Amino acid sequence: MSKWILRGGRVVDPANGRDGTFDVLIDGGRIACVGRDLPIDGDIKVVDVPSGLVVCPGLIDMHVHLREPGHEHKETVATGCAAAVAGGFTAVACMPNTNPVNDNAGVTGYILTRAAEANLARVYPIGAVSRGQQGEQLADIGELKAAGCVAITDDGHPVATAMLMRRALEYSTLFNMPVIEHCEEQTLKADGVAHEGFHASALGLRGIPGEAESIMALRDIALAELTRGVLHIAHMSARQTLDAVRYGKSRGARVTCEVTPHHFILTDEMLGAPVAYDTNVKMNPPLREAADRDAMLAGIADGSVDAVATDHAPHHADEKHVEFDRAPFGITGLETAVSLCLDRLVHAGVVPLSRLVELLSVNPARILNVPGGSLAEGAPADLTILAPEMRVTISAAAMRSRSRNTPFDGWKLRGGVAATIVGGCAVYVNEQVSLQL
Amino acid sequence: MKKDLLGIDDLTRDEIYLVLDTAEAMREIGQRPIKKVPTLRGKTIVNLFYEPSTRTRTSFEIAEKRLSADTLNIAVATSSVLKGETLADTAMNIEAMAPDMIVLRHASSGAGHLLSRICRSRIINAGDGMHEHPTQALLDAFTIREHKKRIDGLKVTIVGDLMHSRVLRSNVLLLTKLGADVWVSGPPTLVPTGIERLGVRVSPAIDEAVTGADVIMMLRIQQERMHGAFIPSLREYFNIFGMTKARVARAKPEVIIMHPGPMNRGVEIASDVADGPYSVILEQVANGVAVRMAVLYLLAGGADAD
Amino acid sequence: MDADRIGRTLARIAHEILERNRGVEDLALVGIRTRGVPLARRLARAIREIQRRDPSTKLGVDPGSSAVDIPTGALDITLYRDDLMRTAVGAQPVIRRTEIPFSIDDKRILLVDDVLYTGRTIRAALDALIEFGRPKAIQLIVLVDRGHRELPIKADYVGKNLPTSVSQSVQVHLMEVDGRDEVEILES
Repeated sequence: MSKWILRGGRVVDPANGRDGTFDVLIDGGRIACVGRDLPIDGDIKVVDVPSGLVVCPGLIDMHVHLREPGHEHKETVATGCAAAVAGGFTAVACMPNTNPVNDNAGVTGYILTRAAEANLARVYPIGAVSRGQQGEQLADIGELKAAGCVAITDDGHPVATAMLMRRALEYSTLFNMPVIEHCEEQTLKADGVAHEGFHASALGLRGIPGEAESIMALRDIALAELTRGVLHIAHMSARQTLDAVRYGKSRGARVTCEVTPHHFILTDEMLGAPVAYDTNVKMNPPLREAADRDAMLAGIADGSVDAVATDHAPHHADEKHVEFDRAPFGITGLETAVSLCLDRLVHAGVVPLSRLVELLSVNPARILNVPGGSLAEGAPADLTILAPEMRVTISAAAMRSRSRNTPFDGWKLRGGVAATIVGGCAVYVNEQVSLQL
Repeated sequence: MKKDLLGIDDLTRDEIYLVLDTAEAMREIGQRPIKKVPTLRGKTIVNLFYEPSTRTRTSFEIAEKRLSADTLNIAVATSSVLKGETLADTAMNIEAMAPDMIVLRHASSGAGHLLSRICRSRIINAGDGMHEHPTQALLDAFTIREHKKRIDGLKVTIVGDLMHSRVLRSNVLLLTKLGADVWVSGPPTLVPTGIERLGVRVSPAIDEAVTGADVIMMLRIQQERMHGAFIPSLREYFNIFGMTKARVARAKPEVIIMHPGPMNRGVEIASDVADGPYSVILEQVANGVAVRMAVLYLLAGGADAD
Repeated sequence: MDADRIGRTLARIAHEILERNRGVEDLALVGIRTRGVPLARRLARAIREIQRRDPSTKLGVDPGSSAVDIPTGALDITLYRDDLMRTAVGAQPVIRRTEIPFSIDDKRILLVDDVLYTGRTIRAALDALIEFGRPKAIQLIVLVDRGHRELPIKADYVGKNLPTSVSQSVQVHLMEVDGRDEVEILES
């Protein structure tokens, strides 16, 4: 069906100032027209959108780990993309800390080939800042750009030195690519495994203070000012970092930031209960205390936070079934994010739906300079159909991701994904909704 | 009692007193010509020690043997961890041999919780990382009660490496649960964040902390952990925080001095204090056997439905 | 049995003890916790009283000496019970102190309990006692023998034989523990 119409849904398209009942005409994988009561020719397939569902530009998760190449026991590009579309994401940007590291066109090309084979979500590789992510020498960033990378990062670690960060911020402006930073002052983090606070102290876990993150953010924001480079701060968790971002923005630095659902929902109280030492609440940056969680929500509400990303970090069950301090950091996120955001941001009254679409679609597209985030005429027909009132029970066992490491298993939430459409084709339809896609 | 003893939080106030009272009865067995009762005959107890610990392992082993349990010691040097087996796999292998209890010592906080989720055997935490060492706190409480006839209302001052000490955490939880006024003192670099939320008074000024104390408990400065520049030198530590006769003089005249061992003489405690009349350090060791017998007996019976 | 009857019964047993052992030499009383302990103490007092009134009963002891106190101890047999840990759930029985502040080697031990029933408690007590040494003899004293033995155990001194059915229970109340002296049979 090259030409079809989504009729009568609530369309939330903040990039074009739309929030109301519209028809969306799709032709040849692109948005042909959005309007009221569009005329229907004989050969157009009509898909009626049940009331209560919301049509919005496809969601983009700008921070995922697809693990391929090298860690296929955790996730592959194909399983990661299946998880993405089931979670309502039409595109994902994947981190370069694979094995080998995505620091050259060969690895980038491999990832894109695997993504094309999967033919589900769009995949935007993110290249390494430094060769092998070793923090010593810049990777061939021009080559990465030409091969399809949309940004650079040494994620998993911060960019090792101020000088290297300076060079990266300067050099990447040649290609209009942001530098995405995993903010962490490593001597302060040391061998910490949890947020430094009462709960870690009581459980005898080594702490990581919020300042380990904010100190690095302040360094990078200063360098972004110095260089006029484009900086994006990944998975922000500490209230001090949010202050740093606000400070940078107030001074006109080109800085943006993202927050994960777990950092605006969970706190370090989870270390002790309901399951003590649950390795599925071990991630980096760690779950912080209530004041940080509340700061993240405030930042989302007031616009200081630009994007919500999942930091989808799949790990094999065996790797997580170990002592807390020996377990790898990270949780999955692709298949829980939309329900968590709808329940805890929209229904909880933190932001309206249109602002959520900005956080999950408009702004990620803008930050990464990729198509999407808009239902403008001629844009790719990447759409997510949300079911904000759907009752969802998170089930780790039912996930499409190859890994099950989520602390949200069993959570009952309001809001889910009805369907995911990439390039005009339905790549995911939720069985619970009657959509004739 | 719950299925396992992973930390002091697993015990109610009444259960703590039950352990202490049972330990009183158990101590008498150690004074008999035949220091053995048949109570745990036919029970298999595995002492799974991932960290070297002569004192705690020996104490558990004597307690187990006095109760006639069959005991098996698995120590790190001879175990399969060196072959790369995970704790979970080791636990499942041991579990397949159907022991009744596993006494676990491990360098990772929460290792007992992991084991507890895998094993039907009862788990007794004999020290997990920086988290807890509940039987040590119980024997400390037993020793304090013996000397002071009560715990409620006593001023107990704990001095040393608060951050890395599982003995501290267990003692703070237990003593505050029983109504003691607990003070902690140590270098600010070794005070865990938020510790005051456990209901203790934090005072880096040791002279203030020990003034009027009924009990002074010294914690071991683990020299192997001091590479992180927590303190400039052991000599300076002794000068500022070491327990000397002059400091002891600020406490109540009948103060008792405790140490979980092994001691570093001249680092956290002066020899004349360690060997002095107010020192109960060797009594702690003796009481350890009785308290562990009590814990083994009480846990062996069965868990309350929970 | 009421208080008076219990008192007279114990006095009679005290006489029997002296007769059978021809005095108090090498005798020691060990009460089984809980109610065997006050019974043992009462017997010790009764024996002392008899000796005081009738010095001829101080057989084997220098006739010129004053009455001899029979050493008395308390035995907690919980750790020797054969029914411990037979069920997977439930709290363990509370253990109390065993106090035998004398050597039992070569003594004639008078083991005292309130009710003799299956015999399992006495079996546990014998095991426990023998770990304290090697007595010359052990004799068993019970206030009530209610029958239904499951082990080949027989008391040497019985206060009262009380035929019961298994569905009944015999409760001994003693002043020192319960605030009154009474033996009653309860239907369960």
